[in-house]
Amino acid sequence: MDVDLSRSLFGADVAVTPLRAVGGLETLVGNTPLIPLRRVTAHLPSTVQVLAKAEWFNPGGSIKDRPALNILRTALSQGKLHQGKRLLDSTSGNMGIAYATFGAALGIGVTLVVPANASPERIAILKALGAELILSDPSEGSDGAIRVARQMAAQQPERYFYANQYDNPANWQAHYCTTGPEIFQQTKGCVTHLVAGLGTSGTLIGAGRYLREISPNVQLIAVQPNSPFHGLEGLKHMPTAIRPAIFDESVLDQTLWVETEEAYRMARRLAQEEGLFVGISAAAAAVGALKVAEQLEGGTVVTIFPDAGYKYLSDKALWGI
Amino acid sequence: MATIRIPTPLRPYTNGQSDLTVSGETVGQVLDSLVQQYPALRPHIFNENGELRPFVNLFIGEENINDLQGTTTPVKDGDRILLIPSIAGG
Ligand SMILES: Cc1ncc(COP(=O)(O)O)c(C=O)c1O
Repeated sequence: MDVDLSRSLFGADVAVTPLRAVGGLETLVGNTPLIPLRRVTAHLPSTVQVLAKAEWFNPGGSIKDRPALNILRTALSQGKLHQGKRLLDSTSGNMGIAYATFGAALGIGVTLVVPANASPERIAILKALGAELILSDPSEGSDGAIRVARQMAAQQPERYFYANQYDNPANWQAHYCTTGPEIFQQTKGCVTHLVAGLGTSGTLIGAGRYLREISPNVQLIAVQPNSPFHGLEGLKHMPTAIRPAIFDESVLDQTLWVETEEAYRMARRLAQEEGLFVGISAAAAAVGALKVAEQLEGGTVVTIFPDAGYKYLSDKALWGI
Repeated sequence: MATIRIPTPLRPYTNGQSDLTVSGETVGQVLDSLVQQYPALRPHIFNENGELRPFVNLFIGEENINDLQGTTTPVKDGDRILLIPSIAGG
């Protein structure tokens, strides 16, 4: 597996480490490291491991590179996206950054509807990557952005390919084909639980379906905000939000409802006790993964850290700075 | 009197209303009268110690109150206060 070798520069097998051939930015998506949590898990028995998939290692900086690239490739191969058409979607930020990254690399125009209260870092990154931005009413949140994108797509079907990450099966299929198999290989088949936050739900539904097929006893656990008004950026409170068509609840074993303040505390702990400077949804996933791990006598709990903390720096309350 | 705009996820706690007229001379007083009028809002906005929860973003016009004087920011007649949610997934 080139995954392990190319990441072991500081390990024993340096001499045989091949540099991964770069065929273009797209070839660098996925094969992210799986990092064990050590200090925040110190209270757990040694038979219980918690491993985090470090998705900020993707070239666009988040897990959303995987679905964005697959949505783009699928639309190109089906002829739905071609010269003269722009990709259109609504996004909270990361999916937009991923579309804009590969759109720039492949020469495809990208138009994004983003709630006007998206963090200034995100809006700046999207502009720097050349995306066209439509800012939607901040008090309508992500669902307001979805409604604007739907309307634009309906009004100008000749101008836009509406990627619709919430309903597009190429989203979860990206995780079925990459995230799921990587987790299985990196744990040598030992994964017992997968804990992930829900945004579109693509990550957990796709990776979960793969793991369930190959290892039927794997437990699939969703993390959601415990209230409709929350600070877990990137995560959805499904009971009160527009429900993504790809969200198939029957795949899941359990849902954990996480409070924003718990996740904020965990974000600071991950930074200061593990050296993992991650985003809020990663911290919420870690809260969930630890709750699961605390119930076990033995097991390998895998969780997903969708992005790094840089895009949340303007949120001073989060870091206590 | 100022108006305060309630974001979609909080409207179930204000009988579905999106724009409310509330009295108060500072942002803090406006919020106090708001949660007195609609007690079900309180746990979403304040923690047990009566402090604003860390993810509650309030704007007067274009300005975040954190860049003004926080909850002691004065409110004038006719000011429009926005209560802004965080951004959900995708
Ligand atoms: C920061 C962050 N966390 C979590 C998620 C959730 O991932 P998914 O859409 O695959 O459920 C997203 C995107 O939606 C995100 O941007």
